[in-house]
Amino acid sequence: MKLTAEQVRRVAILAKLRISDEEVEQFSNQLSSVLENIGQLNELDTDAVEPTSHSVSLANVFRIDQAETVFTEDAWKENAPTQYLGHFKVPKIIEE
Amino acid sequence: MLNLNIMSEFYELSLSQTMEGLASGKFTSEEITKSYLDRIESVDHHINSFVTVDIEGAMTQARDADRKRAGGDTGSLLGAPLGLKDLLATKNLRTTCSSKMLQDFVPPYDAHVVTKLKEAGAVIIGKTNMDEFAMGSSTESSYMGPTKNPWDLSKIPGGSSGGSAAAVAADLCAASLGSDTGGSIRQPASCCGVVGLKPTYGRVSRFGMVAFASSLDQIGPITKTVKDSALLMNVIAGHDPMDSTSAPELAEDYTKCLEKGVEGLSIGVPKEYFIEGADSEVTALVQNCIDTLTKEGAIIKEVSLPHTKYAVPTYYVLAPAEASSNLARYDGVRYGFRSSNDDNLESMYDNTRKEGFGPEVKRRIMLGTYALSAGYYDAYYLKAQKVRTLIRMDFLKAFEEVSALIAPTMPTTAFSVGEKSDNPLQMYLSDILTINVNLAGIPGISIPCGISSAGLPVGAQIITNFFEESMGLRVANTLESALGLTMLRPSI
Repeated sequence: MKLTAEQVRRVAILAKLRISDEEVEQFSNQLSSVLENIGQLNELDTDAVEPTSHSVSLANVFRIDQAETVFTEDAWKENAPTQYLGHFKVPKIIEE
Repeated sequence: MLNLNIMSEFYELSLSQTMEGLASGKFTSEEITKSYLDRIESVDHHINSFVTVDIEGAMTQARDADRKRAGGDTGSLLGAPLGLKDLLATKNLRTTCSSKMLQDFVPPYDAHVVTKLKEAGAVIIGKTNMDEFAMGSSTESSYMGPTKNPWDLSKIPGGSSGGSAAAVAADLCAASLGSDTGGSIRQPASCCGVVGLKPTYGRVSRFGMVAFASSLDQIGPITKTVKDSALLMNVIAGHDPMDSTSAPELAEDYTKCLEKGVEGLSIGVPKEYFIEGADSEVTALVQNCIDTLTKEGAIIKEVSLPHTKYAVPTYYVLAPAEASSNLARYDGVRYGFRSSNDDNLESMYDNTRKEGFGPEVKRRIMLGTYALSAGYYDAYYLKAQKVRTLIRMDFLKAFEEVSALIAPTMPTTAFSVGEKSDNPLQMYLSDILTINVNLAGIPGISIPCGISSAGLPVGAQIITNFFEESMGLRVANTLESALGLTMLRPSI
């Protein structure tokens, strides 16, 4: 099954990836061939099978709701691309 | 008993021999660390196994270790120089995941395994190269350039832990840690002729490991010998409250059962793992392992894992889907690369991810996003999760009859650089023998079992049931001794 250019573009929007027209063509071909391989899963009857989301049978792993200090107050600053008055600075969110 | 008269260089020692030598005062950590750093300088430009070498930090840690040892400290890794895959957070030491996205990222904390290594006194000499964000089987997708196989520089070292495997094979560190999501420890270990162990899912904490596919990722040792693997497992295995998927099962002493032999053990040979199109030399060398185990007293049984062929299609839905979620955090806001094409927030996100990620990462994010999107979730993701149950049940059924399974790690030896990089699907198929172990969550260990006529290593893998790493190590150790192939080295 071949992914259309439109489908590829829609997925790119969902994934927040800006891709070129050339990449649309390339991804369409490459992803289609992988999806074709994935189609083999339809050979199996899995109606009566429970899905496995995790190999360990753990559920609801909690700890006591007590605040702990893990990082220093300034730890986030070292890797921040830009900052302003103790906040991460980003481009404008709302267009005029 | 360690006889240093026959060992010409410190860097040729295994981790276990290194610890013996340090404990008996034959050499200091400063000497052995310097030996590795010098060798990295003279050899690594051929291989490119290290992304970051922390010369100053390593020598400081080495001198500290010597001082502590003189003061009576006896950490199990005190003074041992290790390399760590560059997706493990190391405080104040650049951690890049071999991606432009994290090229200059310096973590403010240590991963749990790094904390454990430091508590045991290890010296971290640097961070090793990998496929970008652990997505790959050849280390060719690294933003820092590919790593070459030390046995043949025209070949890949395997991936995604290619840097770790190549560094151990070329004697650039005493041992290393890698990670394995679909085979990324075992497959490069097989390509490079070293030992690689993927623990049971949940056995080793993932806190501080950059996530790729959260239900599959595991950290594990890549080492020169099976015993070294057990030594590292003793340090890194165990429950960690900071990882909510960390198994509560108590860790054990993984060296305890190494010498028990395989007399009377039933070992299964899964017929679906000997595939058409596999290299005949690989098949012959693994068959030799099976014959060797028989000579050592094991009872060999043929078993069937009927859903083996669904490994690649199942994995390539689940892993990219989980990756698309895990990599959503790379948006240029709080850390990492930020694009300068940022008129508005939306374009900043899009362009940061366009410019910061390589093509394989983008491919998998796209695949994962598609598989999870409305209208496709049931057909792909849910379906794959159900097939995952069938794959797991295959193994559980087999382990009712046998204590361990033996199979090749890879159907071939290391392929050439560039041979599969234009064909993603071909690349994915090279993991066909390792993937199901991750999907099931059980442990697997790959050991070198010979060299092909072209001079390339071949790996055999021992697969065991949940939390039975000791059994796997025991079979592997028996095989390693009986084959007499301990520490084969490329001449680099």
